Amino acid sequence: MFITARRSADQLTLTLTGHWRATESGAIEAELRAIDFSGARQARLAVGASSLDLSGAWLLHDFLERARQAGLEPRFEGETPSALALVERTYSGEIPARVTESEWLDPERAVAGLGRRAVSGWRSFAMGLEFAGRVLVASLRALVSGRRLRPTAIARHVYDTGITAIPIVSLVGFLISVILAYMGAEELGKFGADIFVVDLVTVGVLRELGVLLTAIIVAGRSGSAFAAEIGAMQLNEEVDALHAIGVDPIEALVVPRILALLVVLPLLTIAADIVGLVGGGLLCHALLDMPMLQYVNRVQGAIADTTFWVGLIKAPVFAALIAGAGCACGMRVRGSSRELGRLTTKAVVVAIFSVIVADALFAVLFMKLDL
Amino acid sequence: MAAILEVQGIVTRFGSQVVHDSLDMQVEQGEVFGIIGGSGAGKSVLLRTILGLRRPDAGSVRFLGRNLADLEPGELYRLKASYGVTFQEGALFSALTVQQNVQLPMIEHLELSDRTLDELALLKVRLVGLPLDAGLKYPSQLSGGMIKRAALARALALDPVLLFLDEPTTGLDPISAAAFDELLIYLQRQLKLTVVMITHDLDSIFRTCNRVGVIVDGRMISDTLPGIVHDPHPWIQAYFGGERARARAAGIHGA
Repeated sequence: MFITARRSADQLTLTLTGHWRATESGAIEAELRAIDFSGARQARLAVGASSLDLSGAWLLHDFLERARQAGLEPRFEGETPSALALVERTYSGEIPARVTESEWLDPERAVAGLGRRAVSGWRSFAMGLEFAGRVLVASLRALVSGRRLRPTAIARHVYDTGITAIPIVSLVGFLISVILAYMGAEELGKFGADIFVVDLVTVGVLRELGVLLTAIIVAGRSGSAFAAEIGAMQLNEEVDALHAIGVDPIEALVVPRILALLVVLPLLTIAADIVGLVGGGLLCHALLDMPMLQYVNRVQGAIADTTFWVGLIKAPVFAALIAGAGCACGMRVRGSSRELGRLTTKAVVVAIFSVIVADALFAVLFMKLDL
Repeated sequence: MAAILEVQGIVTRFGSQVVHDSLDMQVEQGEVFGIIGGSGAGKSVLLRTILGLRRPDAGSVRFLGRNLADLEPGELYRLKASYGVTFQEGALFSALTVQQNVQLPMIEHLELSDRTLDELALLKVRLVGLPLDAGLKYPSQLSGGMIKRAALARALALDPVLLFLDEPTTGLDPISAAAFDELLIYLQRQLKLTVVMITHDLDSIFRTCNRVGVIVDGRMISDTLPGIVHDPHPWIQAYFGGERARARAAGIHGA
């Protein structure tokens, strides 16, 4: 109990009890809400031995406001508690008007929102182009001068994005050939064309799936890492520090990452290709009782000279897209940890999406080139 | 006066490096206790130990007579409602507005209606002297001085009896720092707070502190402000004997 109310005729006597502490404010609030002013014309308050902290004092202040609105003029027996005086002093001056407008139902707002989205979409596209241009210039400058190339940074990123990714990429390469071989053995077996399982696996892995799935894995691993690393540096003002020292952050942070990934992704693709082909051989042996030698011969028959290169040539393009998306999103982090999370997510989504779009364009291009 | 916070025989080691070697400290109810010490003397580590963020290698921390190490998790949780902390860089949650930052401890510890939450948070925002619209801003939109004030508002959210401040005026210009000191004195008197403050700011020490504890050689030498100035320890002499400090000290002796 924090307050007791006694009524005699039209007089309401309120006695505070206990310690009105912030930690009890839920209970105090409930008790105060239960007090009914109806019929009362005068109110007296006795503070007695109870004490108020600031939250308690605000609850009392709010209660007294309610009493005043009900037409009462509450009077204290003895002194006004000092905490209450502090609340009233803090509140002296205007009370802010609450802004509550419904954002959704206003047509003007909706149109304005649409326009704002269009403009911000265009701006972000323009920013992407600008970023790509600046990266290109910085990369060319780095390639010309060894001092700007930062081989140590590149080596670290090659290790982080490449060497440590070999196990997962190899495993995925193997699993792709498992999927293709099982699917092929099932479907092609119906036509008695079992032997074409080899074609399916080799062409599938080398041309498309090896590089595509490697790129998707690297986008998830390294695209996000790039965005998070650079974003955290932005939040920490480390990027500003680089600017201030006279180091171009694009040159120091972005170019080494992009160059490293340009080196790494083709190599990882080759690893996935090798494991995929070996896995295909093992599966053909297991599923179709095909001798390994026959598999090797068939592989040589199935692939054209260009098959391997058609797959591999996509890797650097994907690498540039992944690293570019990761770094660009990281550089755009401003202000809050939520931004960091949002842009890291965005980096991965943009990277994977643009890799798939690029792959589709490559498919059309190679078709036209008759490769 | 009763000791609100008692630290006894704290030992802190990082590998072979001993930071605190049996450090004792006592803070009385209602005083402003300043902690000073050289960089790396272990001021922030001491604060983290007192807050229970770091387990000491030996020694005990007693808060309101109770040993932190003996408390059940539930009791510790309730205890956390009775002190407030501001960190060096403010440590405001960057994804929340100032008002939401202030409300966070309230939502965690109290059961209040939304309106009361809003009003109480605004009261705290006004109390620390921030303009009204600051409540709706994000920490990245605030100046350094406003961040310190917003952090103070969050520390005061649950009306603590004890307030820990880690370098509250560092990085502020002298005018803002002085204003912060005045605010602190005002709040300390009005809310009958006990304040433990880590600081390097000589002006701030002479203006606000009743007693000062100096961490030297892994121990704490504490005394009243006029007393500590005359302590024979060479580091303390160097600290208070500097040109800037002498000018200040002359001020308090004259008064």
